[in-house]
Amino acid sequence: MPFSTLSELKTRLDAGEITAVEIAKSYLDRIAEFNNELNAFVDIDPSHVLEQAQASDAYRASHEPRPLEGLPIAIKDIFCTQDGPTQCCSNILKDYHAPYDAHVITRLKEAGAVLVGKTNMDEFAMGSSTETSAFGICRNPWDTDRIPGGSSGGSAAAVAAALAPAALGTDTGGSIRQPASVCGITGMKPTYGRVSRRGIIAFASSLDQAGPMTRTVKDAAMITAAISGHDALDSTSVPNAPVVDWLAACDQTDMKGLRIGKPKEYFIDGMDQGVRASIDAALARCEALGAEIIDISLPHTNAAVAAYYVIAPSEASANLSRYDAVRFGHRCENPDDLLDMYTRSRDEGFGTEVKRRILTGTFALSSGYYDAYYIKAQQVRTLIRQDFIDAFEQVDVIATPTSPVTAFKLGEKTDDPLTMYLSDIFTIALNLAGLPGISQPCGFVDSLPVGLQWMAPAWREDLILGAASAYENATDWVKSPAKFGGEV
Amino acid sequence: MSWEVVIGLEVHVQVNTKTKQFCGCSTEFGAEPNTQTCPVCLGMPGQLPVLNMEAARKSVLTGLAINADINLVSKFDRKNYFYPDLPKGYQITQFPLPIVEGGYLDIPTKDGEKRIGITRIHMEEDAGKSMHEGLDGVSHIDLNRSGVPLMEIVSEPDMANADEAIAYLKQLHQLVCFLDVSDANMEKGQFRCDANVSVRRPGEPLGTRAELKNLNSFRFIKQAIEYEVNRQIELIEDGGEVVQETRLYDSAKGESRSMRSKEEAHDYRYFPEPDLPPLRFTQEEVDAIRAGMPELPGQLRKRFETEYGLSPYDADVLTQTRDLATWYESLVAAHPADPKRCANWMANELLGRLKETGTEISASPVSPTRLAGLLERIADNTISGKTAKDVLDAMMTSDDDADVIIDAKGLKQVSDTGAIDAIIHEVMEANPDQVAGYRGGKDKLLGFFVGQVMKASRGKANPGMVNQRLKELLKG
Repeated sequence: MPFSTLSELKTRLDAGEITAVEIAKSYLDRIAEFNNELNAFVDIDPSHVLEQAQASDAYRASHEPRPLEGLPIAIKDIFCTQDGPTQCCSNILKDYHAPYDAHVITRLKEAGAVLVGKTNMDEFAMGSSTETSAFGICRNPWDTDRIPGGSSGGSAAAVAAALAPAALGTDTGGSIRQPASVCGITGMKPTYGRVSRRGIIAFASSLDQAGPMTRTVKDAAMITAAISGHDALDSTSVPNAPVVDWLAACDQTDMKGLRIGKPKEYFIDGMDQGVRASIDAALARCEALGAEIIDISLPHTNAAVAAYYVIAPSEASANLSRYDAVRFGHRCENPDDLLDMYTRSRDEGFGTEVKRRILTGTFALSSGYYDAYYIKAQQVRTLIRQDFIDAFEQVDVIATPTSPVTAFKLGEKTDDPLTMYLSDIFTIALNLAGLPGISQPCGFVDSLPVGLQWMAPAWREDLILGAASAYENATDWVKSPAKFGGEV
Repeated sequence: MSWEVVIGLEVHVQVNTKTKQFCGCSTEFGAEPNTQTCPVCLGMPGQLPVLNMEAARKSVLTGLAINADINLVSKFDRKNYFYPDLPKGYQITQFPLPIVEGGYLDIPTKDGEKRIGITRIHMEEDAGKSMHEGLDGVSHIDLNRSGVPLMEIVSEPDMANADEAIAYLKQLHQLVCFLDVSDANMEKGQFRCDANVSVRRPGEPLGTRAELKNLNSFRFIKQAIEYEVNRQIELIEDGGEVVQETRLYDSAKGESRSMRSKEEAHDYRYFPEPDLPPLRFTQEEVDAIRAGMPELPGQLRKRFETEYGLSPYDADVLTQTRDLATWYESLVAAHPADPKRCANWMANELLGRLKETGTEISASPVSPTRLAGLLERIADNTISGKTAKDVLDAMMTSDDDADVIIDAKGLKQVSDTGAIDAIIHEVMEANPDQVAGYRGGKDKLLGFFVGQVMKASRGKANPGMVNQRLKELLKG
């Protein structure tokens, strides 16, 4: 059962073959057995998980089951939850308990889901390997000497190792798609504004978006349907965003008439040749399914990383100012005065990468540098957005590798931030443009998973859910479970 | 050689909405510390701002009232600085693209009306309050005020002395009260002023300015500006140089001290607020707000002069606040025969009495109808104006109408010729020498006789008739 998909579990629950408590127990058993080694979860309260499962079974006994009734979902530590700590894997929020649920958490509860623990992540979602977590590194279930990607590495590892059938992540520059890619699972970033950001600890407000991390495309659609929708208390959440029946889109078995753009900027020198071969093979498969592959150009792609590493840290530098030791969070011992309290508390509370980004952002916004950095980056952002608008006049969707490489070794890039930043080279542009994207498994290189990335115009999640489903239905990649934890 | 003074003012006006700028917390003044807060205005992780559209509409209304341009699209920005009473570590404000730009106010000066330019009005949120005094070395923070909506109204450097600055502020204060966009209570910090002051020789470019902070009464603002002007002039005349700095005025000592120099000035690192989309109004919405604009003080003043024939002085007094003007018009409605008498009695008699007890017109114990009842009795000669003042005194502490008091105290004026003639005869008989004197040409003695007759009638005789009858009877 553990390697079941959400849909399979739902079918068995609805058929009365199994209870939510039995499902919860089986995952709790695996967490107890394997989490020590993986460190995918940083907080887990088994009795609370069982309580939710019991409540769900009781609900089912007297009501029509809700869309996610009894289904366990792991939660990235960036989502505020009233139950248990919400720490963003940072010492500055150590033992912080939020007095409210994030909007998406409320939505999941209303859909009947059973929330399972908090998953490991890069501190404040700043990283591509989960190595900046203040609560220890997380390991990739396919090879425990390797990174699970990041920042939603804990969620990806948990799903890949079947410690949970699905998880929530957030994606600011690829933080759902890149870990999904290197852990061999499916991850989707919805259109910016599709999912409320309220109660999600902010990293870069104009880029952050929550989304599902699952074994299959259909599972991703199920969760997205549950968590999306307008929230009047998030001014960037879009009212009346167009919705197509996403679950129906997932029944797609061919790609007849689908125009797939293949941007030359995403097939570059220096990328892993095995990854390239996997993507080429995947695209050939799409062609065989009836798609037309069209070579396109997204000419400003090479400026995306630079623009992102100005915009995201700039917003972060302000977003993280609230961690000032005044009202909550870590406060240093015996401060001499206010300045000492600020500087020492923040010095002790934030890790190196977070400090680096606060400094970068503060510098970029400073008087005398603002025009050269922040304004310039915003101009680049506009050009990147326009690239996609132009491209989607020729094609329906775009397909690329999610990451230029497979999972790298733990510690391999920690001393070289710039190389680390390039891990997101293929995912960042989508965030800058606010568009939806999916990463799905499409092969292996040296027994490590490769991810295929799909991109669509704003609000057209249905197009990429459909394409990814057709590809998934025609291949067996999702049926290869991570070797970790024993085969099924 | 003379000096020219250049003053520009930045006024923070608290917008009188029920809830805060970006959350649903109450803005009520004076609650227990930290009882009017929520995760949003406490800056807790993951919480997001949602703009109070009522505050935005009130900002538009204010912009229209100062003849400014309304930006149909305006944007919010973050102003970054660390302070314990600023929960998010940044203030949400508007920087390059505020909601209102380019207006003016015409103010009265000793040389006539002067136009003061208003550069902009932008929307922002207030910070909380830090308290340091009497706490044994610790500080307390009250975040009830955190997130309360403000308009910052920035003038051009168009004022040439403290009096003009005060005139501008009073005009602005009156305006926001009339528009009902702010309660503008200065003691509660709902109308706060920073002043930028510099001096120069005539014809020279602008001098270096100092910014004066913490000015919370008209009197202190005047004192602070005058102190600063003298300080700068003395400094320059002694061969020194004014440095750009922020100075804090200490009203107790009547002097200011430097708070921070230009070098120490914050770099606020403004950038667009990504949590809020641009604020948009359609022209139709702006027009609808304009259509709901109440009559403004200037218009009201002119109308009172033409419609009721009031003197400029009375019109000014009675339009100082909306409450006063409304009260006056209720009075005229109840006593339409003589709007001028209404003005005199309200401005001189009623307001004078209210001032003695520190009572606002809205809490006046005498209503417009009751005062009108008194004025009717003057008009129909039941009582004299002098007696009416005594009746008004009595009305201030009683619920009785004028008629009841007049009857009870027997104050009804005597206008009966026979009765008056009888008194006059008594007086004449008692004062034969004066009668002889008057008849011998001492006309001034008439006053003496009027006084005696009034005294004999215990003030109730109709003074006009007394005069007339005396002249008649004294002829002999």
